[in-house]
Amino acid sequence: MADAPILNIERLHVGVPARRGAAPRLLLRGIDLSIAAGEVHALVGESGAGKSMVGRTVLGILPISVRVFEGSVRLLGHDWLGLPEKSRRKHLGSDVALIPQDPQTALNPSYTIGRQTADVLQLHLGLKAAVARERAAELLAAVQIRHPKQVLDQYPHELSGGMRQRVLIAIAFACRPKLIVADEPTTALDVTVQREILRLLRALQRDEGAAVLFITHNLGLVAKLCDRVSVIHSGRIVERGTVQEIFEAPRCDYTRALFAATPRHDRPAAALQPIAAAVTDSLLARAQAYDAQWQAVHRG
Amino acid sequence: MRRSPNLTARAWFGLAVFVTLLLVALGARGLAPHDPLEQDLLAASLPPAWAVDGDRSHPFGTDTLGRDILSRLIYGARPALIVALAGASLAGLAGTLLGLLAGFHGGFVDALISRAVDVWMSFPAVLLAIVIVAVMGTGLTSVVLAIAIIDWTRFCRVIRAETQAQARLDYVMSARVIGLTPARTLLREVLPNVAPLLLTLFTLEMGIAVVVEAILSFVGLSLSSDTPTWGGLIQEGRLYVHQTPWLLGLPIAAIVITVLGLNALGDGLRESLDPVLRK
Repeated sequence: MADAPILNIERLHVGVPARRGAAPRLLLRGIDLSIAAGEVHALVGESGAGKSMVGRTVLGILPISVRVFEGSVRLLGHDWLGLPEKSRRKHLGSDVALIPQDPQTALNPSYTIGRQTADVLQLHLGLKAAVARERAAELLAAVQIRHPKQVLDQYPHELSGGMRQRVLIAIAFACRPKLIVADEPTTALDVTVQREILRLLRALQRDEGAAVLFITHNLGLVAKLCDRVSVIHSGRIVERGTVQEIFEAPRCDYTRALFAATPRHDRPAAALQPIAAAVTDSLLARAQAYDAQWQAVHRG
Repeated sequence: MRRSPNLTARAWFGLAVFVTLLLVALGARGLAPHDPLEQDLLAASLPPAWAVDGDRSHPFGTDTLGRDILSRLIYGARPALIVALAGASLAGLAGTLLGLLAGFHGGFVDALISRAVDVWMSFPAVLLAIVIVAVMGTGLTSVVLAIAIIDWTRFCRVIRAETQAQARLDYVMSARVIGLTPARTLLREVLPNVAPLLLTLFTLEMGIAVVVEAILSFVGLSLSSDTPTWGGLIQEGRLYVHQTPWLLGLPIAAIVITVLGLNALGDGLRESLDPVLRK
């Protein structure tokens, strides 16, 4: 079963359950997504499209008001949604890791960098504190932090945003994960730092052979980093394919519109096209039609 | 490599008051010039030593029964300190646990605890204290319990709000995502970030406990009258305020300085210990 995907999502429906007479509201409308070992898969969409919900379902951190209605998530051969909380926790942080969006708040302000990096090593690999600290310094060095021993004793507020994101990447890679969910990992950083972080992420991913679910709204980042792309709109995958296919011959109107709205260095800013209302309107209409059908089926 | 925090001036002032109070309460026997209960009717109603006909051996004067005021104030620090520490600890423990739970869990647990707090706070506090002490009988234990039963809500409300704010930050999500249990996330990740606030609340509550104890002593519901308390001293002094105003003024001053000091200690420590606020 060497070819079995690391992550396989089928017909995933996620939403807010019916309450006080209000009909249930769908956020994800039958997502299919499959990621092979070592693959970097971009999930591209605008805000509100549901791309973060996919990541949160995989990590089991959906908001309390949101439920999985139907569909399956197979992760590392496990029926992930059916797995008891306790067994799921064993995989979280070791086999599956998150690189969060906002490095400002993703580190605990009360603990040093060393302690937070060593934490996950002690928890999952059972390392002794001193050994974990040694290893933490190595991990920081691997994400190209200078003077790692010194940084171990610093608190998050003493580091820049880019440095913190490096630390978070080090923590994500600490236990050699098979899958990393990167939820807009560079959105909160400025453009020059963004590039370094992406280069680092790509290099580490290649060395470790980890698969990455790369959630982003920025098509510009996708070409260099990713192998395959899924474009998501209103909770549905509207187009999928290899990077080459999508960039050279996008089939969906929405993907084409998305490209026209993305700035490129070989094209003046004046050429940017806002996404036409007609394109999104037709997608929204389809989503509504889907909801009506779905609710009719599930009423009984 | 833990750096020793630089305490602010406020923190030093508060710490000085607190340590003085502690030393006075512990060393009352050695510090007090007289037995606080010893009556000397020949030296009754003496003014403080700095007044015109003051007596050197009674620095703060004597009351109408000739008992030494300084000694009574010194011994009065004991119940004040015990009530402050024990009352604030109990109230803090109960309030913090419930506040953490409500703030972290949300939903039904939060609704239940929050409604309990609302109902609790709608009772007039002093009246509730009097009822509790009246039911349980006078004594130090009753006063401490009364303070805990009334004031856990202060901790609960503030800690709940802060926990809610903290729980929304990404580091809590990160903790869940590296496989920590909810209980461990709450106690090890969230609690330390709530702790500076807790410290402020605790010292504030110590001040409030001192005042509540004084009020209960004042209405004769704290300790028996042969144990000197600051509230008891105020109550006795009140009767002779025109003849011997220092009997009223001195215990009030003791309470005011103590409460001011405890409040300053809380604020000062928070500034000094917070990893972001400290320089």
